[in-house]
Amino acid sequence: MLKIDNIYKTFNRETVNEVKALQGVSLHIAKGSFTVVVGTNGSGKSTLLNAIAGSFYIDSGKIFHNGKNITKLPEHKRAKQIGMVFQNPFTGTAPDMSIAENISLASKRGKHRGFGWALKQKNLDEFKNKLKSLNMGLEERLNNPIGKLSGGQRQALTLLMSTWVKPQLLLLDEHTAALDPKTAIKIIKLTEEIIRKDKLTTLMVTHSMQQAVNMGNRIIMMHNGKIVFDFDENEKKHLKVSDLLSLFDEIRRKEQIDKSVAEMLERNYV
Amino acid sequence: MTLLIGSLTIGLILSLLALGVFISFRIFNFPDITADGSITLGAAVAASMIVAGFGPLLATVCSFIAGFIAGAVTGILHTKFKINSLLSGILVMTALYSVNLRVMGKSNIPLLSQKTVITSFESFSQYIFSSTDIINIAGWSVPAKDLSVLILTAIIIIIFAIILYLFLKTNLGTAMRATGNNAQMIRALGVNTQTMIILGLALSNGLIGLSGALFAQYQGFADVQMGIGMIVLGLASVIIGEALINEKTLGLLITGAIMGAVLFRLLVAIALRWGMNPNDLKLITAGFVFIALMLPMALKRFKRN
Ligand SMILES: Nc1ncnc2c1ncn2[C@@H]1O[C@H](COP(=O)(O)OP(=O)(O)OP(=O)(O)O)[C@@H](O)[C@H]1O
Ligand SMILES: [Mg+2]
Repeated sequence: MLKIDNIYKTFNRETVNEVKALQGVSLHIAKGSFTVVVGTNGSGKSTLLNAIAGSFYIDSGKIFHNGKNITKLPEHKRAKQIGMVFQNPFTGTAPDMSIAENISLASKRGKHRGFGWALKQKNLDEFKNKLKSLNMGLEERLNNPIGKLSGGQRQALTLLMSTWVKPQLLLLDEHTAALDPKTAIKIIKLTEEIIRKDKLTTLMVTHSMQQAVNMGNRIIMMHNGKIVFDFDENEKKHLKVSDLLSLFDEIRRKEQIDKSVAEMLERNYV
Repeated sequence: MTLLIGSLTIGLILSLLALGVFISFRIFNFPDITADGSITLGAAVAASMIVAGFGPLLATVCSFIAGFIAGAVTGILHTKFKINSLLSGILVMTALYSVNLRVMGKSNIPLLSQKTVITSFESFSQYIFSSTDIINIAGWSVPAKDLSVLILTAIIIIIFAIILYLFLKTNLGTAMRATGNNAQMIRALGVNTQTMIILGLALSNGLIGLSGALFAQYQGFADVQMGIGMIVLGLASVIIGEALINEKTLGLLITGAIMGAVLFRLLVAIALRWGMNPNDLKLITAGFVFIALMLPMALKRFKRN
């Protein structure tokens, strides 16, 4: 369904701040699969998701969706098929607009926006019903500006909004990272529920090894802009939190060895 | 009293400018200074068409379209050619100076003996006040013609304000507001934010062009210099409007912008009456906007200490 073919992305090329965020990532996502992405800070997880969503264009490589080359398709045109929840709770909502208006914006994702009223009574009733499922009392605050909500409430709303129109691909970027543990569990439950109910193809980034082990049917681990491990459904079944943690240690050790080798070479030859 | 009615009318006419500035500065967060050029463009188009014998209504509609195009050009410079927002406005404003001279053919077009939208407002007084020429309001005698112009202008402004309000509540209008509020988010929801910015600036400058057209017809001439400093005046109106309302809902913000424009005009009239030199007007307006922009920050600092 989604095929990523050897993509590269460098930020601030040819400046002191140059960052090679993606260095040859290839990935095939099957329809209906749920892939968990883990990796150290700065390993390129968000960059990978943003590249798929089209927030920026990649430097080289190709991205195919359902066999169609979407590498050069602008973000707003990909939005029809892709729903995304950003790492930062503030990115996914318009703070000065009301809860109802934000939801109505999401309910039109990828559709034509014309001169019909954004808030019709019929829609408002539907909004209320779905908001009730969050159990946050938001259904009583439809006219409040979203900026007045807490980060957790906003993130829960964003999750609801990104799946309001069923996406072919759901991208979740550490969508529980900014939440307190209790709310995080709630949002994770909700996530699983929505994904199961709508059979959504999902790519989820997380730093929680527990989530990684418990959720989905595939794990990929990123490091330095590359995919360094890829466990399929069978391998994942036997994977424990401790296994993942020792993989992280291994990566770190390798990196230190690389560094010390480099230092040694430098000492000896430069 | 005549002075009061005149100021109210001009204030209402310039409230279209305030609404335009409200759209660009507040809804889109885009410091669009095309306004100085597009208000003159509106006046130039309307005046030259009226002098050329076109109907005043058609001329006024065309001034909206002309402003609309000018705003769209600013939007295209910014979105498609990636030119900084302020600079895009400056480029179009500067170019418009020449365009306006071309349109007018000279630097000033008098409209004194012409039939204009305003003169038809005047003749409408026979339907409102039958054939009375002088109306008595609380002891003041007022020409019925002037009152008729004020009433009809007010009605038209209210209609425009309502249309704008309703438009901003549609799916398209909501997407526009979201573009100014969180562009990243609305792009991820499938909206082409570039198109929204172009459309928004076009709409904004269309209203400003309309304001210029009515202004020229009211004062009886179009002048190529008349736009200088108008953006600051519009901004002042919007700022006063925001101070007048207590809650920042869309309807109140629009109402506030109109009230701000009228109130500002009244203040100017009073100051002139008290002997302020008209040449100082722009300096004082700029000073006012400066203070209004600094005040919230200064208050914050004051509270912290
Ligand atoms: N827009 C940008 N401009 C410049 N550098 C960027 C940009 N986005 C990401 N980077 C850099 O690219 C690298 C990868 O960042 P990315 O956000 O993908 O990491 P991540 O794996 O999501 O990390 P985290 O777990 O901390 O969210 C980092 O070094 C980051 O500083
Ligand atoms: Mg990230």
